[in-house]
Amino acid sequence: MKSNSEGLIINGIVSYIDRDNIDTDQIIPTEYLKSIKKFGYEDYLFDGWRYKDDGKLGVKKEERDINKDFILNNKPFSESKILLTRDNFGCGSSREHAVWALRDFGIKAVIASSFGDIFYNNCFKNGVLPIYLEKNQIEKLFSLVKKEVVELSIDLQKRIIFLNNQDEINFEVDDHLIERIIYGLDDIDITLKEKDKISNFEKNRKITRPWIYANE
Amino acid sequence: MKTLYDKLWEEHHVTQLGSGESLLYIDRHYLHEVTSPQAFEGLSKKNLKPWRLEANIATPDHNVPTIRGNDFNSEKIKDEISKIQVVELDKNCNTFGIKQFDIKSSKQGIVHVIGPELGYTLPGMTIVCGDSHTSTHGALGCLAMGIGTSEVEHVLATQCLKVSKLKNMLVRFEGTPAENVSSKDIVLYFIGLIGTAGGTGYAIEFAGSYIEAISIESRMTICNMAIEAGAKVGLIAPDETTINYVREKSFLDKESLEKAEDYWKNLNTDEGASFDNEIIVDISKIKPQVTWGTSPEMVVNYDDEIPTPMNASEDNKKNIELARNYMGIQDQSKLSDLVFDKVFIGSCTNSRIEDLRQAAEIVKGKTVADNITEAIVVPGSGMVKEQAEMEGLDEVFKEAGFIWRDPGCSMCLGMNPDQLKPYERCASTSNRNFEGRQGYLGRTHLMSPIMAAYTAINGTVGEPS
Repeated sequence: MKSNSEGLIINGIVSYIDRDNIDTDQIIPTEYLKSIKKFGYEDYLFDGWRYKDDGKLGVKKEERDINKDFILNNKPFSESKILLTRDNFGCGSSREHAVWALRDFGIKAVIASSFGDIFYNNCFKNGVLPIYLEKNQIEKLFSLVKKEVVELSIDLQKRIIFLNNQDEINFEVDDHLIERIIYGLDDIDITLKEKDKISNFEKNRKITRPWIYANE
Repeated sequence: MKTLYDKLWEEHHVTQLGSGESLLYIDRHYLHEVTSPQAFEGLSKKNLKPWRLEANIATPDHNVPTIRGNDFNSEKIKDEISKIQVVELDKNCNTFGIKQFDIKSSKQGIVHVIGPELGYTLPGMTIVCGDSHTSTHGALGCLAMGIGTSEVEHVLATQCLKVSKLKNMLVRFEGTPAENVSSKDIVLYFIGLIGTAGGTGYAIEFAGSYIEAISIESRMTICNMAIEAGAKVGLIAPDETTINYVREKSFLDKESLEKAEDYWKNLNTDEGASFDNEIIVDISKIKPQVTWGTSPEMVVNYDDEIPTPMNASEDNKKNIELARNYMGIQDQSKLSDLVFDKVFIGSCTNSRIEDLRQAAEIVKGKTVADNITEAIVVPGSGMVKEQAEMEGLDEVFKEAGFIWRDPGCSMCLGMNPDQLKPYERCASTSNRNFEGRQGYLGRTHLMSPIMAAYTAINGTVGEPS
């Protein structure tokens, strides 16, 4: 397998939103789900907090009333690659657009104490790494980032977050999930290697549970 | 000894991959216009076709206007961007040959309403859709969950979902509900109890004497909101009520149905099966529930004090303060002190015939309060609308001052023109009170159709009488 060397280490400035339960409607509001594209969502990330006006799909950042108090609108946080937040990030709607918006903005890792299940799964399909840590570690990180601009280095293979001051935090993630980010694997290709098994399963199911196939 | 979720998992387990994940075979895949276009594009780029065409059923619901009248078609949608998406679904369904109940169809509706009512959702199925409220179908004893767009593409291409197994949670609702308490109140109470992350990582099986006593429609309201408790799967074992419902809706012939029923009758959790978590709730003491904040867990009895940061735990002070600010709650201490502007009866949570009957019963012969600038009823599907009109419910609503609309997701997420204006306060039978969910800076209070009907009449959250 060829590894994506850029994918092995994430270096970047940490931006933070000190809130629990940031749902995917906050990450990207419904209006922007009208797009039929998979890219181009960077200007709409956290739209309700980032701007002081009601946005519409296609209206660019330059034409909006920017909320200067919102962290991502200020340098150096506007170039953040890492987002720190708290409990249950990405709860609510299954919209993958939430991950696309983070990705398009340039966020490569989100650190939180927990994540919504569907969001967590969607991240790995788009090269965004969600990292969950114990609450006391999240608290420690918050106390650091609120004092000064913090740059972190995240080693994906070793599963270690390196802080400015040489401190380290280990994190957990399933092998198969992180490999998807490191190697940029395509799920459909992998699954279709099992197509004979799927076909056989289906053939058998047509016999044992024929009512499932009654509309065919 | 196995749980219902374990059995459904094993039944659909194709193989375990080297990664440790499993391939789960998907019986039914529902599609709508918002989360499918990028999946179809991906399929085309890879030169793939849907693995099993007939597994897929599509309908436009999120984006569609709810004032349509006769002779409407996709091209007549005024919002150009919404139109593109609905037209794209038409194109994709035509290109790939997927069965669609399109905007012209008398059977179009919210995907989670039409699936069960058209007989496409059957007990024991695995069901997915690019929508988190797919958990709704668990009410019929299905393993049903919401998925992202990449997974929509994966299911189209392979008929499988690549997943890891969830943990098991059993929630038993025991007792008889008080007057004016419906399954919406029960599930809101439950979310308040365990929180919006309480079910994360679990498949929740709902059981108990209350569940056994209620209709499939009420069960769907509960499973629908499992995701609001963090659980992407909510499910209820099929019983006599389920089988009677399916008999009524199904297009299966008698022989197939009988064979299926033999299987469905034994599809339940084994006695003594162990769960990772078990919760018993005495529902007899639950009062009607109304949310006050910006998360479904921010819920209280309709007549309770609204929480303040002062009496909150240290972790929660900030959440409460932010929510109160957003919701425009200053010195008001109770929900009855808040003046409402709009009422929305609809959504995949509460837009079925039973919901409309309950609301109509309350508004009959009464008038919507003067401060309510708009009260709308949006039936969940063409079939629900037709049934309601046959029963004269549309007239009851219209005489009271409600507006009777065409089916769609509507103001639940405000993707179509049905939206709140900034700072408007809405009594809503939907599922999410997130910031801006129903419109930019709009304020949503979730409640049952009964309480929404009372709020329409009283102009505020009053005593349900």
